[in-house]
Amino acid sequence: MSEEYIYKQVRSIVFGMLNPRQIKKMSAVKVVTPELYDKEGYPVDGGLMDLKMGVIDPGLRCKTCGSKLKECPGHFGYIELARPVIHINFVSLIFNLLKSTCRDCGRILLPQAKAEKLKERLDAAGKDVGPEARRKLIKSMMTSLKTTNKCPHCKARQQKITIEKPSTFFENDKRLTAIETRARLERLSDDDCELFGINAKTMRPEWAVLTILPIPPLTMRPSITLESGERSEDDLTHKLGDIVRINQRLFENINAGAPEIIIEDLWDLLKYHVTTYFNNEVAQLPPARHRSGQPLKTLTERIKSKEGRIRYNLAGKRTNFSARTVISPDPMLRLNEVGVPFVMATKLTVPERVTSWNMDYLKKFVTTGPKKYPGANYIIRPDGRKKKITDETKEQLLEELQPGFIVERHLMDGDIAIYNRQPSLHRMSMMCHRVRVLPGRTFRMNPSVCNPYNADFDGDEMNLHIPQTEEARAEAEVIMDVHMQLISPGYGLSVMGCIHDSISGNFLLTKELSFSRKDAVKILLSAGVDDFSKLPNKEMINGKEIFSVLIPDDFSYSGHSNLCKKKVEGCEDPAHVIIEKGKLRQGVIDGANLGKGSGWMLRDLHQKYGEEFAADFISKVSKLGINVLLNHGFSAAISDTDLPEVAKQKIKQVIDEAHILVADLIKSYEEETLETFPGKTRKETLELKILETLNKARNKSISIVTEYSTKRDTDTIIMAKSGARGSLLQLAQIAATVGQQALRGRRVDIGFTGRTLPYFQKNDLMPKARGFISDGYKAGMSPSEFFFQAMTGRDSLMDTALRTPKSGYLYRRLSNAMQDLKVDYDNTVRDASNKIIQFNYGEDGVDVSKSVGGKIDVRKIIRAALEVM
Amino acid sequence: MAEKKQHILVPAHKKLSEKEKEELLKKYNITLKDLPKILAKDPALAELDVKEGDVVKILRKSRTAGESSYYRGVVNG
Repeated sequence: MSEEYIYKQVRSIVFGMLNPRQIKKMSAVKVVTPELYDKEGYPVDGGLMDLKMGVIDPGLRCKTCGSKLKECPGHFGYIELARPVIHINFVSLIFNLLKSTCRDCGRILLPQAKAEKLKERLDAAGKDVGPEARRKLIKSMMTSLKTTNKCPHCKARQQKITIEKPSTFFENDKRLTAIETRARLERLSDDDCELFGINAKTMRPEWAVLTILPIPPLTMRPSITLESGERSEDDLTHKLGDIVRINQRLFENINAGAPEIIIEDLWDLLKYHVTTYFNNEVAQLPPARHRSGQPLKTLTERIKSKEGRIRYNLAGKRTNFSARTVISPDPMLRLNEVGVPFVMATKLTVPERVTSWNMDYLKKFVTTGPKKYPGANYIIRPDGRKKKITDETKEQLLEELQPGFIVERHLMDGDIAIYNRQPSLHRMSMMCHRVRVLPGRTFRMNPSVCNPYNADFDGDEMNLHIPQTEEARAEAEVIMDVHMQLISPGYGLSVMGCIHDSISGNFLLTKELSFSRKDAVKILLSAGVDDFSKLPNKEMINGKEIFSVLIPDDFSYSGHSNLCKKKVEGCEDPAHVIIEKGKLRQGVIDGANLGKGSGWMLRDLHQKYGEEFAADFISKVSKLGINVLLNHGFSAAISDTDLPEVAKQKIKQVIDEAHILVADLIKSYEEETLETFPGKTRKETLELKILETLNKARNKSISIVTEYSTKRDTDTIIMAKSGARGSLLQLAQIAATVGQQALRGRRVDIGFTGRTLPYFQKNDLMPKARGFISDGYKAGMSPSEFFFQAMTGRDSLMDTALRTPKSGYLYRRLSNAMQDLKVDYDNTVRDASNKIIQFNYGEDGVDVSKSVGGKIDVRKIIRAALEVM
Repeated sequence: MAEKKQHILVPAHKKLSEKEKEELLKKYNITLKDLPKILAKDPALAELDVKEGDVVKILRKSRTAGESSYYRGVVNG
């Protein structure tokens, strides 16, 4: 079967309204009865489920076009409305037209000369600036016509027209029926329509008042058969049934000559049904409901909002060859690997085209079949037919297989996959990984790539996509690979680095440890090093020498560590890191140099030796740190936070002193001797002074804790000092005092009248009555302290819960507004229509991820060039 | 009348000559419509004699580049 392609170019699109004649012409049937099925269960002729409107049951043929299910697109029907009804979506247009045209002659309320001038201006605006300017002009014209009360053409006096929402018009408090409304719109001339921005050829204004209602094809509102054999109709069919029923009653009443009141009531009811058929969320109308009480989903709701056709079905794509499961860590994986559960690997497939060279290789997969691994699930024949491989078909398919066929083989080690965690906030949220098929049921990943994904292992799930074409794989590999994403485009430093134990390990290693040569080799080997020529040949090897094995021989670097006292140029602290010609001469390697997004060491290595090396370095260093800890031992205990009696006394003294100071402040406030700060009230001054005093006390107790606990250098302290996890502040909160709890930037001051808890005296301003927790977590808090702590805890919890959706929406707006901006070849930032947004990307044209701190270090380049010479 | 001093945060606006304008449009291969817009009645242009169709050059202080130039086409609101 040869397909013939017809190429056509769309030059223009015209939007218009359906007119009654068109509706009749495109219809296959006139619907006259609200009944759907007869006693035998067959669709009634002239009913809403008339078979002429399309097929929705398999096996049947369409009565109009004769095609089968899925071939027949469906056909419209129509109903003749007994009385016209205003289309709800055109109410504002009709209202504007009524107000700005003559009630007698139907001309625009503008003198001939002015009208002609307006036409010229509209044409000019439309041509020069665009349709928006035209619309703006028309709008301002309409508002100016509001006050005209005499027709310039026929001199008829104009009446005041008002609207009662949603769709009833009044002229001087006399109701305008839809018939009258339609008659007035009919009087408008085609030329005048143009002045209102209406092209009368495609959209006569009277068509906005419906006399005939098109019935959408059955394919658009299929009924579903429930398991019980009962039929359940679509919401639209229900709504249309209402319309037809009321319409018939209206007809009958009119023909029988019923009183005007009854007819008008029915007419209003018909209007309600037609309106809710178009839009069930009109502000002034109660939504039409199912018997169960849930609102019907009619035409507008099908299209609108997040669950509507556009955002859900058109903009929201679903995909095959993807998988999702819980994630867990595996430091033995490379940075750009992902561990895929075995069961997934037998379901996810990669298509491989059969050639004469890989025939035998692919035949092996087919022979293995879909159940064993590594096998294949499907073969695709050159004509596009897909065949499932089963035990029965296997033999035949094997014989059939020849060049040109495609085998969908199971996922194997080294295959390319795209790995993702939502919310995908930046480009590092989707990176290309290599597959490693592993036992178990979770995705495994190197803990160092957690940071760009913002993942942790408390139950997070992630997605995996398998690219299906050669082009997609190539793009993923070349631009999305983890290695290519090492340097953040936001701040120009490595987004991946060592975390937790790896940092503690390297900190200990480079600070104080030394190992026997045998142990050193063991540690390095498990870190993935197999070349020990850099390891000095002596009995005991110190940590700095072990670390140096990982550094290339021609690498030199100098940078601060967390231990550096003052972080300035020319720092002489012994902890300052100095690497000379691949040897760690001095300093401690800690979070400041290995951590994510910090330090220039990883950045420099990346720049000098490439992304491949940098990624390798990160994974080797992490493993080195972990293995050092495995050898040396590392465990945090609650006794790490024990303080000697002296320290406890000192802290108690500091806090007691603070209390006394605060009491003095309060006394001087009450005696009105407290000096007020400029621009503050006396009360505010007191609060500020109290906060300052308490903060000072807390800082003092932190330094006491630090002073005494660093004497012992326990593992908890090491974690805090190396930047692996936790801080000295948190340590002080456990060991000594939790400190002041703040609500909305103030001391706790809400709760009851004049006091935070009934336990306290009214207007007690002392620290303990206003949320100061003088105990530490370990010693335990008093009930009131616990309560204060819970207050701030709840507050911050609420804050996060409320902030997340807010920032999510902010981000959605931002990304939608900027999604098609691009940097052009001439460094300008332009939008989709090539309009310039920025004349030089970032005003300096520098790619942050390819520069040094947003600048290009010319001196460094020259130095490097000279070195080469 | 004494010259009104612009606020310190308002960057310097300068009207481009017809020739400079042509050069600019040619450099970026664009028409006037593709430039960012500025209203003729914008307070920053109060001291410039500009009309629709002119282009103003704005010299802005930039955190990344020190000083950067920006161009906006004058339009009537």
